[in-house]
Amino acid sequence: MSVLVYTESESGKFKKTALEVASYAKAVADKMGTSVTAITFNADDTSVLGNHGVDKVLKVTNSQLESFNANAYASAIAQAVRNENAKVVIISSSADSKYLAPLLAVDLEAGYASNVVEAPSNTAPFTVKRTAFTNKAFNMTTINTDVKLVGVSKNAFRVVDNAVSATAEDFSPSIPELGVSVESVDKVTGKVTIADAEIVVSGGRGLKGPENWGMIEELADVLGAATACSKPVSDLGWRPHSEHVGQTGKPVASNLYIAVGISGAIQHLAGINASKVKVVINTDPEAPFFKAADYGIVGDAFEVVPKLIENLKTFKAQQ
Amino acid sequence: MKILVCISHVPDTTSKINFTENDTKFDTNGVQFVINPNDEFGLTRAMWFKEKQQANVTVVNVGGPETEPTLRKALAIGADSAIRVNTAAKDGFQVAKELAKVVQDGGYDLVIAGRESIDYNGGMVPGMLAGLTNANFVNNCISLEVDGNNAKAIREIDGGKETVSTALPLVIGGQKGLVEESDLRIPNMRGIMMARQKPLQVVEPVDAQAETDSVKFEKPAPKGAVKLVDADNVQELVDLLHNEAKVI
Ligand SMILES: Cc1cc2nc3c(=O)[nH]c(=O)nc-3n(C[C@H](O)[C@H](O)[C@H](O)COP(=O)(O)OP(=O)(O)OC[C@H]3O[C@@H](n4cnc5c(N)ncnc54)[C@H](O)[C@@H]3O)c2cc1C
Repeated sequence: MSVLVYTESESGKFKKTALEVASYAKAVADKMGTSVTAITFNADDTSVLGNHGVDKVLKVTNSQLESFNANAYASAIAQAVRNENAKVVIISSSADSKYLAPLLAVDLEAGYASNVVEAPSNTAPFTVKRTAFTNKAFNMTTINTDVKLVGVSKNAFRVVDNAVSATAEDFSPSIPELGVSVESVDKVTGKVTIADAEIVVSGGRGLKGPENWGMIEELADVLGAATACSKPVSDLGWRPHSEHVGQTGKPVASNLYIAVGISGAIQHLAGINASKVKVVINTDPEAPFFKAADYGIVGDAFEVVPKLIENLKTFKAQQ
Repeated sequence: MKILVCISHVPDTTSKINFTENDTKFDTNGVQFVINPNDEFGLTRAMWFKEKQQANVTVVNVGGPETEPTLRKALAIGADSAIRVNTAAKDGFQVAKELAKVVQDGGYDLVIAGRESIDYNGGMVPGMLAGLTNANFVNNCISLEVDGNNAKAIREIDGGKETVSTALPLVIGGQKGLVEESDLRIPNMRGIMMARQKPLQVVEPVDAQAETDSVKFEKPAPKGAVKLVDADNVQELVDLLHNEAKVI
């Protein structure tokens, strides 16, 4: 009996969410008086997982699994769960993890709770707190099956340093029919993605047109942030759909979310509310975003943002 | 091609979210229900398959009689028939199990579901349905073409997109991109009239068991007031973000 965690990597390196879910798995294992086993796919150096509470690493190295495949990954994780006789399985909320999770749940006959924001308040019955109604509420949910699958929200559970010595062993699961094969990947390289970003800078219709996004990108650059936008901005074709955030777009759970020229409609706020600190820059003091924000500037973005960029550059230079 | 579109009946995005019965039930008082936005993109894509590739489109919902107006709306948009599985939706697994029965009985080639519903946000019904029916599965699907038995799809990934090839039977978890916002259809008078004549079949559930239970809802703690910084003193914002919020 152990807690099994799927720690995601990209080009061999662990993502930050991998360390978050490892820390979460450790918290669960401590509550249950058991140990943590991680499964990795084509990851280089797995020793870092030991720093966050992982006792044992099952390393899958397989060129067939170079690109993500939900069937194959779900099946491999299920095989690891059975081998380890794990009763709790922890995954992240990345696009890939959310893709494989329901397949894994069916394979393991495991009840699945997604978007979980805290360590279980109780392990019998196994009770977790998850977000519902797109961040407008929380839902306490019990998972009643023998094996339990928990999807942890991004940036909800802090990475905890918890050094144990992790042993590593090779694991060679059998690979099922893939069913879906990747033809091509179109991924912006060298740019922070909304999914991974600590800081997101987002622009709305208040910016008047696509030609004015230079300052949004510059602000994002200075902060090492990802860029995002409101729905109408993507519907108007000012920015790509992949930048649309909100209830019907991508969810944002960053440390800092800066909204420029965004009114703060309920559908927009629902999608970004999981961010820790929110800043709004808007000419209209009545804009609803001011009710949701932690910090705000009532002012014209075309004056405020360039100043903010300058001040941040000076600040960064002093750091 | 036989297409099944899964329709979740959800509170309108502007709804006030409140709970009753000791915070155990969603308070539907005064709430307007709509087709789940992700499902609406999928339904509209299904209309394209109907018009261009002569597909037959059925919509389905697992829920009580109160969800029928939402199914009628889908019929008014253009679906050929509707099925309601007559049981309350309890969790993603139970819903997926009920839908799996519908899929098996109807022999659908393609199931279009939404990547998640905006009420419970489980994001698990499409994948579970694929797993239960041994169909291929593409999640976060933003483009779909079907040619004979083969399908080509684009899925959104963190930081980009991926083009994949797969085959029917197929389940997708769809979202905006399958069609554009401007392609969405508002039912017209003729559609609404026709929808009244279209079959809406009520089937009894297989009584699938839920694997999880919703125990209680909580609302987020009320937020403190915003701290306003003068537009002429942007440096103060930098200082606050660094010293107080500690996010830069
Ligand atoms: C079913 C449904 C789903 C939706 N889902 C989403 C979603 O996922 N995400 C989303 O974002 N929206 C969503 N919406 C749309 C949402 O209701 C709003 O229409 C949208 O968020 C508004 O975008 P905006 O704030 O950019 O534009 P607006 O509401 O037009 O606001 C522009 C703001 O810019 C300010 N402004 C103007 N000039 C300046 C200036 N020079 N400097 C600074 N500020 C300025 C104005 O004061 C105003 O507040 C959805 C709507 C529906 C019906």
